[in-house]
Amino acid sequence: MDPLRRSPSPCSSSRPSSPSTPACEMFGPIGIEAVLGQLKIKAMKMGFEFNIMVVGQSGLGKSTMVNTLFKSKVWKSNPPGLGLPTPQTLQLHSVTHVIEEKGVKLKLTVTDTPGFGDQINNDNWDPILGYINEQYERYLQEEILITRRHHIPDTRVHCCVYFVPPTGHCLRPLDIEFLQRLCRTVNVVPVIARADSLTMEEREAFRHRIQKNLRTHCIDVYPQKCFDEDINDKILNSKLRDRIPFAVVGADREHLVNGRCVLGRKTKWGIIEVENMAHCEFPLLRDLLIRSHLQDLKDITHNVHYENYRVIRLNESHLLPRGPGWVNLDPASPGQLTSRRPFKVCRGAHDVSEDEF
Amino acid sequence: MSKQQPAQFINPETPGYVGFANLPNQVHRKSVKKGFEFTLMVVGESGLGKSTLINSLFLTDLYPERVIPGAAALNTRKTLIWEKIERTVQIEASTVEIEERGVKLRLTVVDTPGYGDAINCRDCFKTIISYIDEQFERYLHDESGLNRRHIVDNRVHCCFYFISPFGHGLKPLDVAFMKAIHNKVNIVPVIAKADTLTLKERERLKKRILDEIEEHNIKIYHLPDAESDEDEDFKEQTRLLKASIPFSVVGSNQLIEAKGKKVRGRLYPWGVVEVENPEHNDFLKLRTMLITHMQDLQEVTQDLHYENFRSERLKRGGRKVENEDMNKDQILLEKEAELRRMQEMIARMQAQMQLQLQGGDGDGGALGHHV
Repeated sequence: MDPLRRSPSPCSSSRPSSPSTPACEMFGPIGIEAVLGQLKIKAMKMGFEFNIMVVGQSGLGKSTMVNTLFKSKVWKSNPPGLGLPTPQTLQLHSVTHVIEEKGVKLKLTVTDTPGFGDQINNDNWDPILGYINEQYERYLQEEILITRRHHIPDTRVHCCVYFVPPTGHCLRPLDIEFLQRLCRTVNVVPVIARADSLTMEEREAFRHRIQKNLRTHCIDVYPQKCFDEDINDKILNSKLRDRIPFAVVGADREHLVNGRCVLGRKTKWGIIEVENMAHCEFPLLRDLLIRSHLQDLKDITHNVHYENYRVIRLNESHLLPRGPGWVNLDPASPGQLTSRRPFKVCRGAHDVSEDEF
Repeated sequence: MSKQQPAQFINPETPGYVGFANLPNQVHRKSVKKGFEFTLMVVGESGLGKSTLINSLFLTDLYPERVIPGAAALNTRKTLIWEKIERTVQIEASTVEIEERGVKLRLTVVDTPGYGDAINCRDCFKTIISYIDEQFERYLHDESGLNRRHIVDNRVHCCFYFISPFGHGLKPLDVAFMKAIHNKVNIVPVIAKADTLTLKERERLKKRILDEIEEHNIKIYHLPDAESDEDEDFKEQTRLLKASIPFSVVGSNQLIEAKGKKVRGRLYPWGVVEVENPEHNDFLKLRTMLITHMQDLQEVTQDLHYENFRSERLKRGGRKVENEDMNKDQILLEKEAELRRMQEMIARMQAQMQLQLQGGDGDGGALGHHV
């Protein structure tokens, strides 16, 4: 029995709740499809939330990539790490923005991890895993209250983009160790960062080797094979899985190429266009994260990763003695978070309050 | 016939000319016959293009068992190492004899695979430092030996330290490593894979690195200023070289067709990076520096680093630091053993006295005193 079986998501209204219900014969159109319109109006009113985390060594272009993805200056001030000395310890830095496009509002939270992989001794990844678990904890706390809020703020990390340095050889021990731990708690999308240092052949060879490494170490990156629901999903996702990890280049400057204004990097020997599929695979990453799989990422986070966390926590609180982050689920005393974890999380100045949203 | 002139040393030049101006030619001839030795160490994380750069610099394939289409080939031995999480740094020395116009160069390249790749790199540079010390030790031993005719100089004359172009400057590991070896070897910092940087980024990174080197008081190799009697071209060249440190280089051994001629470079969909184009990177400058200052690098190694090492060693009286620690432990153990022996002796003496006492009591109290 697969313990990670997905329960049907509350938003997937297009699939029947039980496949054994016989289809009913209709004599004429009723207007059921209007439900889709109603859902759309509701969704537009409520807006969407999306939380993304970027992990990787400094200088791999994480901040630039985020800016390029959302075509806005997500980091209002200088991105952390640029121009500043490398942080001595691993820190987490979150920034929240509300982006609007054609009436659709997206509350985007980006969490950066400056200091990851930069020290001499890098075996300290607890701050990152602790942060992810803390967001699950917060949601769990809200969920188990007797009087719950109308809309629980979702700060859980929906997707973690892992930046692999373009060495051209294979995954490093740090990458493997960390990815193994990450994949069990969150959706991970690995990308080859700064891919403009690799020629096309080097890229393909590197990609194949990374895929082999991921298979050898049983690292299940997004899109996970076991969550493909039907044949269409399988086909679409297999195409994606072939190309993962994407080789990306980030740029936030515009240049003139053949009369068009494109985002790119200008060098003495040519201009690297970010949105040109022949140059890099940034469009694939953007389509995956935003255009086609955003809702899927959120669904899997809610139905799989969060449920796993919840099961572990509920088991813990009944059977096992208290550990760090233990929460009293006894209704007599509402849950108190005892977080004794030594890391800092700084929320950006643009934290949008519940009422405004 | 009449005057049988004995074979004389005829003076071909003007009077007053002795002729020792010919000495440099003699030295030159001898050196050419003897050949030159040079040991170069390359240190840097894997994937920074060290092997490719060395091959490009000397236009040889120093690693013939590796098939290198660009930097993408994988050394099968390396995959085996990468299966383990805890890795130790290996030292691989490969020697190659290069000959050009009758001048022989015996080049040894010391590679350090595994450097900077482990999760915890605390012990990364111990292996490297002990290798350098070992070479000095061997030279010192040979020099103090009886037969000093064929001393092989395997001391590391120069260390190319590869800095990743992806960071924002030096990493903590870079700083720690350079501080550990700047008194033992000439460090030449090199920015690897420079084709990922635009010109502005390159300038910014170079300045950052120089600032950080100064901030941490790291002593890198400084090119000697051109003598005042050298020609202007050489002086200008030296000035340019000094201004470009650290060199940002791109390495490649592939021939690409660009603008009608075949050049060594890297082919991208957006253009071709030429290795030997000074506008694209500093490869030519690095090669020029290495060739014109090879002698100086050897001299500094001999006069500064080796002498430092030698005076330290002789001060310590011929004992290595590790031996000293071991000696301390040994001394402790010996002292403990001695203590135990003395305690046993005292116990035996006490027992003897007890016996004597009892014996004395049995004698009728002749011995009236206790011990």
